[in-house]
Amino acid sequence: MNLMTVRILAFGIAKEIVGASFIDIVLNDGLTVKKLKGSLEERFPGLKQLASYRIALNNEFANAEQPVQAQDEIAIIPPVSGG
Amino acid sequence: MKSPSFHPLVVANTSFKKLNIDLNISAKPLDILKCIEWVMSQKSGGIDVFIGTVRDATKGKAVVRLEFEAYVPMALNQMEKIAQEAVRKWPVDKILIHHRTGVLQPGEVPVIIAVAAAHRAAAFDACRFAIDALKENVPIWKKEIFEDGETWVAAHP
Repeated sequence: MNLMTVRILAFGIAKEIVGASFIDIVLNDGLTVKKLKGSLEERFPGLKQLASYRIALNNEFANAEQPVQAQDEIAIIPPVSGG
Repeated sequence: MKSPSFHPLVVANTSFKKLNIDLNISAKPLDILKCIEWVMSQKSGGIDVFIGTVRDATKGKAVVRLEFEAYVPMALNQMEKIAQEAVRKWPVDKILIHHRTGVLQPGEVPVIIAVAAAHRAAAFDACRFAIDALKENVPIWKKEIFEDGETWVAAHP
């Protein structure tokens, strides 16, 4: 499987858990959102303490089986609390 | 190995405007009257407005200030979906959703939703739907700052 480097944006409490507003990590090209979450949780165990969190791809909430591509805009979305 | 694509963190677009939809994410104070004026027209029989305000206490603890952060392009995208769904589900003439970012003091206004419709039931229902959906799915976060600490609202179980 080919590797890709992706940039992952982090907001709210995820930014504090990750320690930056974005991180660049190397992943298998085309891995699923579920696997991406597993990989992120290994690196940043604090994510598992959250009530929940979602992954967004290209400004849309992604489902677990969706593949992640190098050109995607990827973001960690912790529980939202606007309004 | 593929190289990383560029993800701009600073985005020029903070608003979206069409004939019947007005969305905005702003670091500046929101203007309640301007929001109401934008949805007002002779076509409509009524306007329903939801104004969110910063409470001065949470569970008995005094709130010093709130800090709002938004993932702006996605927040606008989600807000547009909510507005489009409101227009599709109810006979709404105009809908406006404005949200504030940055530091807010108790009493200040983080969100305004204004909905104009021919009849009041549609305006009430669409406005209620819009604020509920915003709280569920728009990527905006608030941190409550107390005198002895701070917490990201809803982050932990």
